[in-house]
Amino acid sequence: MATGQLFSKTTQALFYNYKQLPIQRMLDFDFLCGRETPSVAGIINPGAEGFQKLFFGQEEIAIPVHSTIEAACAAHPTADVFINFASFRSAAASSMSALKQPTIKVVAIIAEGVPEADTKQLIAYARSNNKVVIGPATVGGIQAGAFKIGDTAGTIDNIIHCKLYRPGSVGFVSKSGGMSNELYNSIARVTDGIYEGIAIGGDVFPGSTLSDHVLRFNNIPQVKMIVVLGELGGRDEYSLVEALKQGKINKPVVAWVSGTCARLFKSEVQFGHAGAKSGGEMESAQAKNQALRDTGAVVPTSYEAFESSIKETFDKLIEDGKITPVKEVTPPQIPEDLNTAIKSGKVRAPTHIISTISDDRGEEPCYAGVPMSSIVEQGFGVGDVISLLWFKRSLPRYCSRFIEICIMLCADHGPCVSGAHNTIVTARAGKDLVSSLVSGLLTIGPRFGGAIDDAARYLKDAYDRNLTPYEFVEGMKKKGIRVPGIGHRIKRGDNRDKRVELLQRYARENFPSVKYMEYAVQVETYTLSKANNLVLNVDGAIGSLFLDLLAGSGMFTKQEIDEIVEIGYLNGLFVLARSIGLIGHTFDQKRLKQPLYRHPWEDVLYTK
Amino acid sequence: MARKKIREYDSKRLLKQHLKRLAGFDLQICSAQVNESTDFTELTNKEPWLSSTRLVVKPDMLFGKRGKSGLVALNLDLAQVAEFVKARLSVEVEMGGCKAPITTFIVEPFVPHDQEYYLSIVSERLGSTVSFSECGGIEIEENWDKVKTIFLPTEKPMTLEACAPLIATLALEVRGKIGDFIMGVFSVFQDLDFSFLEMNPFTLVNEEPYPLDMRGELDDTAAFKNFKKWGEIEFPLPFGRVLSPTENFIHTLDEKTSASLKFTVLNPKGRIWTMVAVEVGDLGYASELGNYAEYSGAPNEEEVLQYARVVIDCATANPDGRKRALLIGGGIANFTDVAATFNGIVQALREKESKLKAARMHIYVRRGGPNYQIGLAKMRALGEELGVPLEVYGPEATMTGICKEAIECIMSTA
Repeated sequence: MATGQLFSKTTQALFYNYKQLPIQRMLDFDFLCGRETPSVAGIINPGAEGFQKLFFGQEEIAIPVHSTIEAACAAHPTADVFINFASFRSAAASSMSALKQPTIKVVAIIAEGVPEADTKQLIAYARSNNKVVIGPATVGGIQAGAFKIGDTAGTIDNIIHCKLYRPGSVGFVSKSGGMSNELYNSIARVTDGIYEGIAIGGDVFPGSTLSDHVLRFNNIPQVKMIVVLGELGGRDEYSLVEALKQGKINKPVVAWVSGTCARLFKSEVQFGHAGAKSGGEMESAQAKNQALRDTGAVVPTSYEAFESSIKETFDKLIEDGKITPVKEVTPPQIPEDLNTAIKSGKVRAPTHIISTISDDRGEEPCYAGVPMSSIVEQGFGVGDVISLLWFKRSLPRYCSRFIEICIMLCADHGPCVSGAHNTIVTARAGKDLVSSLVSGLLTIGPRFGGAIDDAARYLKDAYDRNLTPYEFVEGMKKKGIRVPGIGHRIKRGDNRDKRVELLQRYARENFPSVKYMEYAVQVETYTLSKANNLVLNVDGAIGSLFLDLLAGSGMFTKQEIDEIVEIGYLNGLFVLARSIGLIGHTFDQKRLKQPLYRHPWEDVLYTK
Repeated sequence: MARKKIREYDSKRLLKQHLKRLAGFDLQICSAQVNESTDFTELTNKEPWLSSTRLVVKPDMLFGKRGKSGLVALNLDLAQVAEFVKARLSVEVEMGGCKAPITTFIVEPFVPHDQEYYLSIVSERLGSTVSFSECGGIEIEENWDKVKTIFLPTEKPMTLEACAPLIATLALEVRGKIGDFIMGVFSVFQDLDFSFLEMNPFTLVNEEPYPLDMRGELDDTAAFKNFKKWGEIEFPLPFGRVLSPTENFIHTLDEKTSASLKFTVLNPKGRIWTMVAVEVGDLGYASELGNYAEYSGAPNEEEVLQYARVVIDCATANPDGRKRALLIGGGIANFTDVAATFNGIVQALREKESKLKAARMHIYVRRGGPNYQIGLAKMRALGEELGVPLEVYGPEATMTGICKEAIECIMSTA
């Protein structure tokens, strides 16, 4: 592998499998380093296309999203780094696909759990095609002041603290991402900082090895010393030992292989990384540390002394005049994200919407505070759910049962009424369910279906104002308004509507009070004296009994009842109920595969 | 993660099944697995050869050098095998410094033979190493200079030319068969994601290759691809490792999450306990270290809570009146949300307040990473609330510095 720099201040990368946080962190780092362009040129999200909005400094930018690797590479030919955040199941395939793209040179694989055989294929391909794989199972790497991979080095605070926004003189490579962050801090304390840091990942077969990167650092003039953090298990460090022996490395190397406490337990213990399986004398940390020491690397006696070894080596380089002092810069301020500021209490932002009837934020959704599981476990019905979502309270069973009866009675009224007719015509026009349903619902209003609501309103007004039935009916007549709730095409005084009777019976048996209904009956008695078909119809029955439900339950204040009637809750009940029928008619027409409806000419009066 | 040893029984089962599928080769081996719950009549119904052939019985416990340890019996009949097994099941033996009971045996036909060949395949970073010798068997290590090895790079296919150097010195009559066998085994090795496979020895029965002893390791990260091919595969813990209930609990947690949660009890009576990987051994107090631990990769609050509960329970399990130390936190996280994970720890500490006090626990927290200031502040507040000594440090301190403090604390006589 060898050669030198992989990244620069103008490196462009493609990001595979969209994840907001690591990309935003990369962009924040770009801005911090004073890069002119963000390092992420394009995002690949299989099955999606479009743009993702992210911040570059204060400005929001839109980064294109492609659904395939090929498309992304074609759209961004100068992007030569591929950062792969795919899960372990698809990481190998997507990485190989990326490596095969002529425009891609470096592939970083974040996922842990890539099968070894797949990694070996990636390694072999990269070797024969002069490409570089970093990972799998890695957080990535960073070139100070130039480019960083994903979540490497963590938050902006940490990056500023470690001065990673400008290049230093130390090349660092380790297996562990967590520990590399620790070392960036150490190195920033005792040297002029990192030039480049790579975490090769914790897998048994890393895409590129510790010595691969050490040899590469050796060829980068700005790197004056190299720090290596190894781990017990595997023999990667021995290739470094070999390189040192052969005199291939002409910069000081400070190294430590961690995992010395593995000696303490005899039986195999699983360390965090697949690669750190303890077992085999040569693979022990002690053996590797000694071998490195023997070939000229600076190896401290313990991890605790690592920082001072690094310091000593760096100080010596200064003495020997090998270090040019770093030009310190003040990095720009990165604005904080709104949601972090809100979380930490620094800012408060007003909401734009208020909602009070249901809450989906918790363990399970709640209707008016009642959790879904209670609703099911306690055998609630549709009427109870309506009582929670419309009235925001748990009405007594007789009320919710009444609501259910109303829904059942109003569910449909045959194919000829306006709503059903519209729905049938729309369905026969080949339209979808929702269009057919809505088409029917749109006829609901003052002349169709709205009578329940009107009946309740007028009856309430009349009753509350203590009007006699005579005064009420004549008053309406004077205004030219038909009394809603009264009248039927077929039903007569001696052939009542069964539905009305059922409702009245239910109410008499279950409601504590039926005063509004009784008033309606008095009104009916009067209207029947005028014509035999002026019976109390279903709309009137439901309207009046609904008022009784509200008034008699003792659960509503007068204001609430007034408001309910004014807003038109009963309308809602009719719309809800009739939707059942309209949907039924839609399915019916679709089953019957009826053709487009055209109204017969004969049935139309054409006139000027 | 990664390379896991499998029992000889499973290695042979996989080899037989897939050698047939991939190379059309009908391996004549048979094996039966015997453990405490084995019903010999049922077993013989499934494997009738058990009652009609002389048998060999060996422990199948992921350790080698069985012949040299006297745990193998040859040329028995089924009744003798049953007796042999009964006397040794659940009896503790010591192998390589590890003590544990034998739980599983493998029973096979006794095959008298002369030739013992050695074959091994090892997966390595740039390819695979295939080794072969005509002097296999119990003395293989003494005859290691006779082993021939080839290295097959990943991108090169296994061919007769590639393995020619291994079999060149074989007599012509057997060379072809053995060459084909090696190629067949190699294809099984690759197709099933073995990371290691060794036959020491295999022999020829009726001129067909016949593995006698076999070891295998599978790459368990390939499970999602291979679970059908592997069938009911077992990845036993290495010999001598028995997971305590708490370790088992953490292990199951770890399997379910994409984060990494590791916990191993080292010394149940130790006085330094940790939720972070530390090198206490370096500082010379390894004997007091109660456990090895690690949590990384952004575990969620619930996972951290359960993890913390377990560690605290173990740490406070054996109060002896002396001071103890609990180390929390660790490095400077890249993306684990410190405030969120600390919520879980804070809750666990709160729950176990009395246990902590009874064990004279001193808590040391050191952490950096996203939202660490909020996390540390919570810890500080908690220390005051519980009245448990709690020191809190950010990335300006070092983990080793904290370890030192902890050691000084427990070592002081006050």
